[in-house]
Amino acid sequence: MQLTVWTYEGPPHVGAMRIATAMEGVHYVLHAPQGDTYADLLFTMIERRNKRPPVTYTTFQARDLGKDTAELFQSAARDAYARYQPQAMLVGASCTAELIQDDPAGLAEAMRLPIPVVALELPSYQRKENWGASETFYQLVRAIADKDAKPRPREGRRPRVNLLGPTALGFRHRDDIIEITRLLESMGIDIHLTAPLGASPADIKTIGEADFNILLYPEIADTTVRWLEKTFGQKTVRTIPIGHGATRDFVNEVAALAGVDPASALDRSNMPWWSRSVDSTYLTAKRVFIFGDATHAIAAARVARDELGFEVVGLGCYNREFARELREAAKLYGIEPLITDDYLEVEDAIAALQPELVLGTQMERHIAKRLRIPCAVISAPVHVQDFPARYSPQMGFEGANVLFDTWVHPLVMGLEEHLLTMFRDDFEFSDSAGASHLGHGSSAPHANQHPAIPSEMAENDRTTVPNTAESSAGWAPVLEPEVMAAGGWTAEAEKELMKIPFFVRGKARRNTERYAAEQGLATITLDTLYDAKARYAR
Amino acid sequence: MTVAITLPPVLGAASAHGADCAPVLRERGQREVFCGLTGIIWLHRKVQDAFFLVVGSRTCAHLLQSAAGVMVFAEPRFGTAIIEERDLAGMADCNEELDRVVDRLLTRRPDIKMLFLVGSCPSEVIKLDLSRAAQRLQGKHSPNVRILNYSGSGIETTFTEGEDACLAALVPELPALPADSPQELMIVGALPDVVEDQFLRIFKELGIKTVRSLPARQSVNLPPVGPNTRFLLAQPFLGETARCLEDRGAVRLDAMFPFGAEGTANWLYAAAMAFGVDEAEFQRVIAPGKARAIRAIEHCRAQLNGKTIFFMPDSQLEVPLARFLAQELGMIPIEVGTPYLHRRHLSQDLALLPATTQISEGQDVDKQLDRVRESRPDITVCGLGLANPLEAEGLTTKWAIELVFSPIHGFDQAGDLAELFARPLRRRDVLKV
Repeated sequence: MQLTVWTYEGPPHVGAMRIATAMEGVHYVLHAPQGDTYADLLFTMIERRNKRPPVTYTTFQARDLGKDTAELFQSAARDAYARYQPQAMLVGASCTAELIQDDPAGLAEAMRLPIPVVALELPSYQRKENWGASETFYQLVRAIADKDAKPRPREGRRPRVNLLGPTALGFRHRDDIIEITRLLESMGIDIHLTAPLGASPADIKTIGEADFNILLYPEIADTTVRWLEKTFGQKTVRTIPIGHGATRDFVNEVAALAGVDPASALDRSNMPWWSRSVDSTYLTAKRVFIFGDATHAIAAARVARDELGFEVVGLGCYNREFARELREAAKLYGIEPLITDDYLEVEDAIAALQPELVLGTQMERHIAKRLRIPCAVISAPVHVQDFPARYSPQMGFEGANVLFDTWVHPLVMGLEEHLLTMFRDDFEFSDSAGASHLGHGSSAPHANQHPAIPSEMAENDRTTVPNTAESSAGWAPVLEPEVMAAGGWTAEAEKELMKIPFFVRGKARRNTERYAAEQGLATITLDTLYDAKARYAR
Repeated sequence: MTVAITLPPVLGAASAHGADCAPVLRERGQREVFCGLTGIIWLHRKVQDAFFLVVGSRTCAHLLQSAAGVMVFAEPRFGTAIIEERDLAGMADCNEELDRVVDRLLTRRPDIKMLFLVGSCPSEVIKLDLSRAAQRLQGKHSPNVRILNYSGSGIETTFTEGEDACLAALVPELPALPADSPQELMIVGALPDVVEDQFLRIFKELGIKTVRSLPARQSVNLPPVGPNTRFLLAQPFLGETARCLEDRGAVRLDAMFPFGAEGTANWLYAAAMAFGVDEAEFQRVIAPGKARAIRAIEHCRAQLNGKTIFFMPDSQLEVPLARFLAQELGMIPIEVGTPYLHRRHLSQDLALLPATTQISEGQDVDKQLDRVRESRPDITVCGLGLANPLEAEGLTTKWAIELVFSPIHGFDQAGDLAELFARPLRRRDVLKV
């Protein structure tokens, strides 16, 4: 058993839902207990879809166990077929149904529906969401693809490719496809099929007609492209076009396979100039910690070092399926890879490294907030704000622009805050004056002056059950003496520490305390602070 | 259609006894509802020294994370012991693993005074005996931590029934009140602190001396129970808890549920009568609150009066909320779906629903959605899995889960409660996109 509060990935049947929901004309009949329908709201709320996911749940209850769950499954499948008239059906079991062993595959086969029915074996107690999505897509393609399909002869036509991997609930998948489709269009290449997102089983049938495949998200489609390589001899473009340099490499790789001129791909990225402009000088060697799914983490590391001039101090992923790729990448930066699905380990790593920027998932966003480190989101899992209304791809040249803005923004905010902190004793900038845009009479949040107060306390205050006024007003004065006394800091040194910008303050505190411990100093004075600074100067 | 219902100001009860509703539509099929694990999200906020450990699958953890949203990051007092492949190999192993997880948890969180082992679908299907596990662990961790268990599984419980199962597990733990002790009042059901405090103030002013709450804010302060306990259900989904309290001799006070001016007045009245409060004195005490409630819902009346509403089943709050909206705001409930209908506890609210209202119990979601589309209600109360898809079809919705998470009981929340239903309609009217 694994004790957990947060999971980076859902169970594998949620991965299968991501495939079914991405596609048209597919219906998924899921043998699952009452309650598993919660997963619908990931699609209707987080991704803000305007349709219910095409999933029918058998929603069995305790009273159904031991007698008619199999019958329940068949009637659900029958009703779903009659109502939705899909071109193909997926059938499978969620974690609980896996235990009651009803065999959806056999039950569905016995029904002899006049459409392809793909039975999914998703071992819920071993595997997770990405694996489930990958397996589902693979099984579906294998079942439906017409094995005799071939590309038409090349004479007199443009090259045609399949774009593989985008799904429902994918981080920026919607816009990545648009961006890559435009890029290929500018090279004179047509998209034969984009799948699973937007594809129907009828489309999948013709998958063999493309000249080659472009693998955009290995987590979803790697298994499938391997099968396509074997079955149809289709070659695969494996460069992930995230970042300016990677996009150029991608263009070259595609052009070579398609036999077209790579120069025709218009370089529309502002990123190289933005990054070379003097305003960006202060980004040099910013220490960055990167965590996410392997594909996005590896791509982000390259952008961070080669295109923004950061120093990559940490690199990790939560999906073990791609641990090998991530380990290889970590070698490039001379750092230890972090492969874990335990967010507490990630938090420990970030706290130990004290990076100046964290690139990660929704979870790292919260960890960074707690540690008061700037952060940007580069990978799923993400929350609703990372399914934006505006166009914001990660891939291609426009994606590179988006990355620059998204990653630099929290740092610029950091610089602004630094300036405010430097001038904190000026009357206009003093913390107690509060934010100017709030007008007179507003006082600054207390937490700004006391970084040691964990930010979750503020979060606790706005949960469902409102706290009484006494409890929310009560904590600040109580905490204050503890903060001042912690670690043997003199008031003067503590005050000086507060002048250091918040995003390196944690590191400074830690280094100083380590130095004091090494030197056997009981109290930390102003001199100790600066002695430590000299010792750890890079 | 007329929905004007006249009833004596406080004593709507008179008409209710023995009265029932029109035939109930019972359906089975796909149910688009949460499981009882979701109750943890608000229960752990209420009982401040308790921890809820779900023994389940990655799906359970994923559900809690999806339902808890941002709270997951605030070191919440709940978690999941995820059953893995090797746990399924043999039962003995599974119990050892559970002990290991609990030991680790209690070492990490020494502030925890009560630990609930919460059963899930997987743990029940593999017949992992969590009540034995709780006893075993209790022996080990006593007296620092009290360890209990209940089921929040989807196969056993729907959404708010998780709270029922949790509170029912607490009842045998309550200290016994001797038979000759003075009469005490117990409010049953987790209410937001602010609401609970309002009720306690009113009961105090009515002169009811001892009023306890189940659950209490601290698990170490379990309220005693005995034959002289009179209890008021604050929530309609507490059938099992009520039965367990009755088994211990406590007597349920029959009342409407405390929503809106009328519901709250009726609920308070049931207690006042049981405790011999003078009628005139009762009216004097509740008058200001009731007047405030009537004033507060007044501004929503223009928006809601005559509008039709359709409740999909979710929390069992549907019947009393439909009663509030019909009786106090003039709305017309077309269908009131509930996952489970406790006729006895709801008899007074049911009696006040218009005769044209279809009550339905259980669900076949596709068929029910067909009825929604056919009747085109002005507002549909439904879960988040259905809300946006219905909006996209041009139907205005109110997502149901907010009704469980927001303070809505009592006089001083009546306006907020009405506003929850008025706002989607107002938004529909103001948007020009």
